[in-house]
Amino acid sequence: MSRIRIYVPGDAAAVAVGADEVAAAIEAAAGRGKTAVEIVRNGSRGLHWLEPMVEVATSKGRIGYGPVGVSDVESILKAAAADGADHALRLGRPEDIPYLKTQTRLTFARCGIVDPRSLDDYRAHGGYRGLEKALAVPPAAIVDEVTQSGLRGRGGAGFPTGIKWKTVQQTAADRKYIVCNADEGDSGTFADRMIMEGDPFVLIEGMTIAGIAVGATKGYVYIRSEYPHAIAAMNAAIAAARKAGRLGAKVAGSAYAFDVEVRVGAGAYVCGEETSLLDSLEGKRGQVRAKPPLPAHRGLFGKPTVINNVLSLATVPIILDKGAAFYKDFGMGRSRGTMPIQLAGNVKYPGLYEAAFGVTLGELVDDIGGGTATGRPVRAVQVGGPLGAYFPRALFDTPFDYEAFAAKDGLIGHGGVVVFDDSVDMAKQARFAMEFCAIESCGKCTPCRVGSTRGVEVIDRIAAGKDRAANTALLEDLCHTMKFGSLCALGGFTPYPVMSALIHFPEDFGAPPRLEAAE
Amino acid sequence: MATRAPWDIDIARAIIVERQAVPGALLPILHALQEEFGYIDREAEPLIAGILNISRAEVHGVVTFYHDFRHKPAGRHVLKLCRAESCQARGGDALAARAQARLGVTLGDTTADGQVSLEPVYCLGLCSVSPAAMLDDKVVARLDDKKLDALLAEAAR
Repeated sequence: MSRIRIYVPGDAAAVAVGADEVAAAIEAAAGRGKTAVEIVRNGSRGLHWLEPMVEVATSKGRIGYGPVGVSDVESILKAAAADGADHALRLGRPEDIPYLKTQTRLTFARCGIVDPRSLDDYRAHGGYRGLEKALAVPPAAIVDEVTQSGLRGRGGAGFPTGIKWKTVQQTAADRKYIVCNADEGDSGTFADRMIMEGDPFVLIEGMTIAGIAVGATKGYVYIRSEYPHAIAAMNAAIAAARKAGRLGAKVAGSAYAFDVEVRVGAGAYVCGEETSLLDSLEGKRGQVRAKPPLPAHRGLFGKPTVINNVLSLATVPIILDKGAAFYKDFGMGRSRGTMPIQLAGNVKYPGLYEAAFGVTLGELVDDIGGGTATGRPVRAVQVGGPLGAYFPRALFDTPFDYEAFAAKDGLIGHGGVVVFDDSVDMAKQARFAMEFCAIESCGKCTPCRVGSTRGVEVIDRIAAGKDRAANTALLEDLCHTMKFGSLCALGGFTPYPVMSALIHFPEDFGAPPRLEAAE
Repeated sequence: MATRAPWDIDIARAIIVERQAVPGALLPILHALQEEFGYIDREAEPLIAGILNISRAEVHGVVTFYHDFRHKPAGRHVLKLCRAESCQARGGDALAARAQARLGVTLGDTTADGQVSLEPVYCLGLCSVSPAAMLDDKVVARLDDKKLDALLAEAAR
């Protein structure tokens, strides 16, 4: 009998709910039953309520089972041996599950499918086709393609990636750098982690293309220390790419040199801000730099530097492979292409949902996410991480789009959506936003460093009912100062969660409720 | 948790010298020292400053800026509880209160017997399986009282 190939995700989210134990149990059970199995530790498909989701290669394609516990392993192995037979946990083909079927997977095309340790598997699934296209054209044409695609910074700022690249390309220097921002600190986001753990070669390919385009020979991936699995996966992939000649003095046999190195953060949220990340990479305190100069002119070690988020760089290979027009065809308004949206918090179907821009918040939370996991009504949704606004149901018609969210005093940020049920205390959430800013402030500018501490105190006074009207006015004034006076988005955006809580949920601050907020 | 070597200035010097030529060497050096000894000894700061030819104040500034670096050893086990929004939405506050009550410490402290350090962490990227925690190098999610108690029992061993 031939070996049965079984996929057990090695993604940290799957591991955190028992995937390693399941993989060990499969191995043990197979040994006892003299069944020959080959276990592949793939990334996650992103259907996280089903994790650990085990897949079996059958004559009908891959068949999923989940969520699998150690006690299910024996019976699932029997079903697997019978070519993916029926079982209480059988999910059928993962691609047919509506959550996955209705997605547009471009950045995440391979995540959960391939073996993240295998360069051969990567190439067998379309990997390195983007680089081949890039090597066939002059560097300026690569930059044009990325510009034409409409790709914007997926870290949250939404700055056009091609414009950034062009600036670096046109700045003369003896050395230039590509820096990948993998300091994914926003609560509710995990897409960078999933890419690094599930499809690390796509990030290496994207960085390599960026290096060739702008004339950089060295790339750094700055990964937060809270992501040990991603660090290990990236290091392994970089070693494999070097061994295969895909990184090094002659990238894929071309005249271009490019290499990548992983650097590990040390638990500072502010290092997700691009200039403080650069200072951290240089071995300094991760403090924000004043701009100008832009990193594109004077970045890492004073040299022209492209600094992009993981998702931006991981999207570059498919743009080069399929062309700018293909990518640009998805989306709405000035938000082109797709966004890997992350559903988290109190939601029934949490996970990764990549879709073209334009899907509404209500569709994401109610239809795709299935409402809350607790079964209670959804009260607030924080979009875009700890610096994102809290939206009430009244704003659920907002389409996922950079401009549409900005028009409602919110932001899409890195695409994190955290759902709260009606047990949430919004004054407490507003206080937390200020408290978090106080803990994580780099200390360089006063509005952020001092304002956040004063903000906690003012919210405490409002919550205690002391001079409510005067203190609410003071909080609004403080938020105004922080928004317009801070050096970076940490102090500048902390007012979003605070003010949105105050405006949309005034009853939690002891004021009468807003009429439109009450449905 | 791996047992760490006691502070040894000669080993520390070798670790620093090995990495001194790396561009932006300070963070890689501090990570390597903490990996070896479990913390950054005060003696390490002037040593690094001398080898990298930067001021002691610069080194001290970096060590104290980052939450990861410690000036004294942690407990034998480190339990990090995620305290960020997604985990808050799934009952993280109650779990943090329970862990603090069981261990008799507040977040950020180590138990008197040096067994467990209980620390807050702001996001482990496990938001789709909240609430989440990390015991030493092991990630655990979909925490509830029962799973938390099991983690605490493991940390007590």
